[in-house]
Amino acid sequence: MTTITPYRSDLRSGRDGFARLVHAEWTKFRTVRGWIIAMIVAILASVALGLLAPASDSSSCQVSGGGGPPSGGCQPAAPSYILGPGGEPVTDSFYFVHQPLAGDGSITVRVTSLTGPAGVVNSSDGNSFGSPGIQPWTKAGVIIKQNQNPGSAYAAMMVTHDHGVRMQWNYTGDTAGLSGAVGPANPRWLRLTRAGDMITGYDSADGTHWTQVGAVTLSGLPATVQAGLFTASPNYEVSHGVSASTGPTQATATFDRLDLSGARGSWTGQYIGAGQGSGTGTGTYHQAGGQFTVTGSGDIAPITAGHGGPADGAQLINNILIGTFAGLIAIAVVAAMFITSEYRRKLIRTTLAASPRRGRVLGAKAIVIGAVSFVAGVIGAAVALALGTKITDSRGNYMFPTPLMTEVRLVIGTGLLLAVAAVLILSVGAMVRRGAATIAIAIVVFVVPYFLSVTAVLPVGVDDWVLRVTPAAGYAIQGAYPEYAQVAAIYSAANGYYPLEPWAGFAVLCAWAAIALAGAVYLLRRRDA
Amino acid sequence: MEATIEVAGLRKRFGAAQALDGMTFSVLPGQVTGFVGPNGAGKSTTMRIIIGLDAADDGTALIGGQPYHSLRRPLSQVGALLDAGALQPSRRARNHLLWLAHSQGLGADRVREVMSLVGLTSVAKRKAGGYSLGMRQRLGIAGALLGDPAILMMDEPFNGMDPEGIVWMRTFLRSLAAQGRAVLVSSHLMGELQDTADHLVVVGRGKVIADTSVASLIQAASGDRVEVRTAARTQAMTVLAHAGATVAVTDADLLTVSGLSSERIVAALIDGGVRFAEVRAHRATLEEAYMELTRDSVEFLAETARQEAAS
Repeated sequence: MTTITPYRSDLRSGRDGFARLVHAEWTKFRTVRGWIIAMIVAILASVALGLLAPASDSSSCQVSGGGGPPSGGCQPAAPSYILGPGGEPVTDSFYFVHQPLAGDGSITVRVTSLTGPAGVVNSSDGNSFGSPGIQPWTKAGVIIKQNQNPGSAYAAMMVTHDHGVRMQWNYTGDTAGLSGAVGPANPRWLRLTRAGDMITGYDSADGTHWTQVGAVTLSGLPATVQAGLFTASPNYEVSHGVSASTGPTQATATFDRLDLSGARGSWTGQYIGAGQGSGTGTGTYHQAGGQFTVTGSGDIAPITAGHGGPADGAQLINNILIGTFAGLIAIAVVAAMFITSEYRRKLIRTTLAASPRRGRVLGAKAIVIGAVSFVAGVIGAAVALALGTKITDSRGNYMFPTPLMTEVRLVIGTGLLLAVAAVLILSVGAMVRRGAATIAIAIVVFVVPYFLSVTAVLPVGVDDWVLRVTPAAGYAIQGAYPEYAQVAAIYSAANGYYPLEPWAGFAVLCAWAAIALAGAVYLLRRRDA
Repeated sequence: MEATIEVAGLRKRFGAAQALDGMTFSVLPGQVTGFVGPNGAGKSTTMRIIIGLDAADDGTALIGGQPYHSLRRPLSQVGALLDAGALQPSRRARNHLLWLAHSQGLGADRVREVMSLVGLTSVAKRKAGGYSLGMRQRLGIAGALLGDPAILMMDEPFNGMDPEGIVWMRTFLRSLAAQGRAVLVSSHLMGELQDTADHLVVVGRGKVIADTSVASLIQAASGDRVEVRTAARTQAMTVLAHAGATVAVTDADLLTVSGLSSERIVAALIDGGVRFAEVRAHRATLEEAYMELTRDSVEFLAETARQEAAS
């Protein structure tokens, strides 16, 4: 028997590591033309669907605020939003009894009642509205405000009809103080003190024992500010299923024991910010002895998209991003095929023979499909937003203002949403091993819950839970507008409000994806290929 | 590290079927080892277990002393062609090898080398879905050779090949073994391995029936039989039987004689005045040797089938 020299290769092997697996999976992905085309389709579909709303929008031809469409021709004109110090659109419409306050000082008052008429009130233009009367967030109290201009900085201590004593500042800030409704037998003492840029709010039930409710910094407050009393009562909104009716309300507050430190001048009554589509635009005050009676309307609060103010006619950003679900369908198909086609062709055996550590194979696939989907999502959202804004402008319509950082979060978030969704679908595909079944599951868990919610097919409440617990919760990352506890409005998915905070909803999706990926790795390791 | 496959005591059950029942053998470097047995004997299952695709219920399969899953660059130690059809049809053939190369840290240069090695350079850019089965076999072999491994394992590589391809494949496998590689080639047709395999592992019903060199297998199957070609068949039979031989008629003018050496047969025929054309030692074909070996297992299968049909 001859001696055999076993074969020795002189081929230089490359680096060992996870990176080469990612490289291999990327090569796999980019060399199937159908998958590349599907990703381009995902981008195009999400852009095209997103442009349907701005391209067909004619809402600027309607006057908001309940006035109904004008009888003449359509004269679209972009309204001027009042922006708060934080850049968000706000309602700043209330009756203000004020005088200047120079330098540091404080204002104290006792509120003995806050009431509103039920029935009809009249607006400044003489139109009458059938009003349900006083609102939960009808409010009155003391306020220190930068100046009389709508949108200027402020801090206020107030009683409310349903939410007890609050300290609110700069439209979005809101802290609770004493609870319970105000009345003659149950008065509330309110105090604001200014020290530099710092304003501190206190409340008391008896004028002796005071509790600090909050301390806020209003940067850039001038030396002389306006201090005084205010009353505001927000528009009511009644949902009639798909539509809602709205109109102004009015309220009256009674104050006494008013004490403004260093006050020299006399009190001036003034309606701030009339004609914003919130409130009647009218108010009055009476001073008799030490007692002030202040009647006002309107609200001091952020505008919620789709509710009140000129925003009623504005194009909403979530209408432009609605095409994401179409992009997701295309991505679901690719993510499913990326793994299930390997099972169908038995190519998975070649893959696993080349990389026996199976968990790493799935990890590499997840990174590739996730990265590709992220890029598609970012491109789709960015192009849709840019074109959607342009089309809205060119048709004489206007966008509801959104801070730049929010737009950035929406664009990046759309990428993240699609990336994590793709990883979830890939993992389901690795478990199910069948393309059609995987795609069906993807549509059931992502598209159906989302679609039923945004089209208001599901009853309010049910859609909330669907968008909380299913993977479709991840769409919350596309929520452009925050919900404000201090603004009563119908916050539904159909209006672009998701029940979860953007990152909380995204976390729910991530949790689903993590569970599915763990299950897929477990089964991939355990089963014969 | 010795370039070998060592399989010891593999057992694997798929539902009610015992696919492997103590499969044990080794594959040595520098030769082509044929892995033969009827369909369902457990050849493909064994190969899948060797490269870690299926888990054995019991037993071990080692590559150079290590389990496959612990290999860091598996394709540079074992190249396997299990299923030539395992391709994404819309992916170009060259790109199929490219991702495989990337998974091993290899580049496009190596892909070009192996494609030229198997003669696919001119069709490298075609979609794999458009390849004939013979071309797919070549593509699969190119994939197995990517990492330039010392061990090659191929499941039915002759399937779908035209005669020219079969000749090419035989030569190619022999040249790989001549380089010192261990080459394991499975087939359910022994004839395909004639003139190709040096060593045979014959399997049936999930275990090894014979593990032997081709030469000694044929030797054993041939026995000490001698063939006599003569026109005077009856006369020759009488004479030879008289001399103490056992005689069987193989053909109209051909007798197979056992129990006498060639010399004594010639002497007996001359003494008896019988004319003959040729006396030669009988040499069994590989096919015959195989049939003899697997007869038991085939009979068993037939018997089982009858019992199952009856019950």
